[in-house]
Amino acid sequence: MNSIQDRRQEYRSLFKQNVAKRLLVDKAVRIIVFSCVIIAIIPLGSILVEVFKNGLTAISIEFLTETPGSAGSGEGGIGPAIQGTLIIIGLSSIIGVPIGVMSGVFLSEYGDNALARFVRFFNDVFMEFPSIILGIFAFLIIVLVLGHFSVWAGAFALSLIMFPIVARTTEESLKMVPMTYREAGTALGLKKWVITFRIVISAAKSGMVTGILLSVSRIGGETAPLIMTILGSSQFFSSMDTPMDALPLRIWRLSLLPYDSAQLQGWGAALVLIMIILGINLGIRYYFMNKKNGFFGQLIKQRRNAIK
Amino acid sequence: MDKTNLNLKKRIISDKVFKIGATVAGTYVLVIVVLIAFQLISESYPIWEEEGLSFITKTDWNAVEDRESFGALPYILGTLTTSAIAMMIGVPLSIGIAMFISDAPPKIGAPLGFMVELLAAVPSVIYGLWGLFVFRIYFRDWFETPLHNAFGDNVWLFSGNPYGLDILTASVILAIMIIPTVSAVSREIMKAVPQQQKEAAYMLGATKWEMFKLAIFPYSKTGLIGASILGLGRAVGETMAVTMLIGNATGIGAIPSSLFGPSQTMSSIIANEFVEASPASIHMPALIGIGLILLLIAIVINVIAHLLVTRMLKIKEGAINN
Repeated sequence: MNSIQDRRQEYRSLFKQNVAKRLLVDKAVRIIVFSCVIIAIIPLGSILVEVFKNGLTAISIEFLTETPGSAGSGEGGIGPAIQGTLIIIGLSSIIGVPIGVMSGVFLSEYGDNALARFVRFFNDVFMEFPSIILGIFAFLIIVLVLGHFSVWAGAFALSLIMFPIVARTTEESLKMVPMTYREAGTALGLKKWVITFRIVISAAKSGMVTGILLSVSRIGGETAPLIMTILGSSQFFSSMDTPMDALPLRIWRLSLLPYDSAQLQGWGAALVLIMIILGINLGIRYYFMNKKNGFFGQLIKQRRNAIK
Repeated sequence: MDKTNLNLKKRIISDKVFKIGATVAGTYVLVIVVLIAFQLISESYPIWEEEGLSFITKTDWNAVEDRESFGALPYILGTLTTSAIAMMIGVPLSIGIAMFISDAPPKIGAPLGFMVELLAAVPSVIYGLWGLFVFRIYFRDWFETPLHNAFGDNVWLFSGNPYGLDILTASVILAIMIIPTVSAVSREIMKAVPQQQKEAAYMLGATKWEMFKLAIFPYSKTGLIGASILGLGRAVGETMAVTMLIGNATGIGAIPSSLFGPSQTMSSIIANEFVEASPASIHMPALIGIGLILLLIAIVINVIAHLLVTRMLKIKEGAINN
């Protein structure tokens, strides 16, 4: 009798110890995991604070519109760089978006065969190619052939970064459109391409626009492929066949100069660049938060209603 | 009757054209990949002809006319070292982040997850700028110098006077840059673990950590390895931030000797020297040859990563359907 009671006591205390230890480990892991998140967010916070703090002191109307002054003078601005970035984003979108969208249509609408699976896989792998390789490629087939640096080479290199992203997001958003929409189109006797453009793409528009904007924000900050294609310049854009400036290139060149004033200008240019890129990213986010359920939620709702 | 037939024929033709157009756009990526490989091989041919395979094992880097001699080994080692260190720092952090966010209530998890994702939106050159003028200073004074003072004489890893423009600084910045990729993919993969697995673990009386150990890690191991390799691919190809921080040594001096020594990676030497290289000499073929090696490494890494990740996410679809 007594011994059983003793044993019970012993087991009970062992159990308590065991649980206490496990709970302690659990708590420790929780703390470690949370601190991982904090460690990752600190650099982001620091980057934003430094860029805004240093950049704001550099920015003025002259800084945003003028051509760069002589090195180290602290005069002049980043006008050509801003202009160049906008031009190169526009041109690479003109090349990259149609290819990306059509490629996404192929993957989504004709995507049930071996070729499409192959394309999808290579699309994913190509998305991760080092961007400097794309710069070399554009250099070899455009700059070397033409014999001079060219804006088209830069736009082509960036479009290579852009189109796989657009293709992937287009595919994803087209796949979200319910099959019944396409069937309704077929029942009306519409042609496949009319169905795709007028029904499927217009239903999936906001998802596709998101993908395009994300790819724009990605290429806006690309530097490496531009080094060997548009080179950088301190003049405003004059023709497609001369070097052009871009914000990331200008930041890089300024950071290499040993003057404090150049460093400050670099921060100013960084602020402009980060405003463009984070503006696009946060804009997309805000847009989707404002729409109550977002794009996907709406589609799901429509689908539910259709089933009813 | 004729009119209907004509209409039908037209329709079939226009749909065929549409299908062909879409297929051409779809296969564009394959054409580009082949063209890139072809161009890099043919344009780097002079260096392989000149140096043979010893291009990969040599350490010289001399662009002076008539004494040209190029070897890629230091830069291959530089890339491998920085990427390896970045993985050692970045992957555990990313998996921790993925654990936290996949498990936290959406009200906390979503904004924190979004902030981590924003790290991916910051352009590489801004990481470089921040690393050069902010991070490097603090890192050198508070971390590298004390470490060097304590162990510098005995441990080769910490020898060399810390200046801030070195392998360790570049690797830490790389680690920060791969965190968003690795943590986002890991999160997706952890989410793909069937709910029943988690509930079964909880039912056995597991704590949250034990649930991760019992249910999530064994199930998502392959996918998590794939996610890490994806991060490795990012680290290998990253150019600007590394170029600005690694110290840009060339030749034998670029072989990584200590954490606090300067080095050079494959992508950074291309970024630094490509524009100055003359297409007539073998300097440019040498740089393109390095590009070719980089491309091969990147392709191998990314193919492996995607095979692992997509396999994992396919299991998910199967599990839900069953």
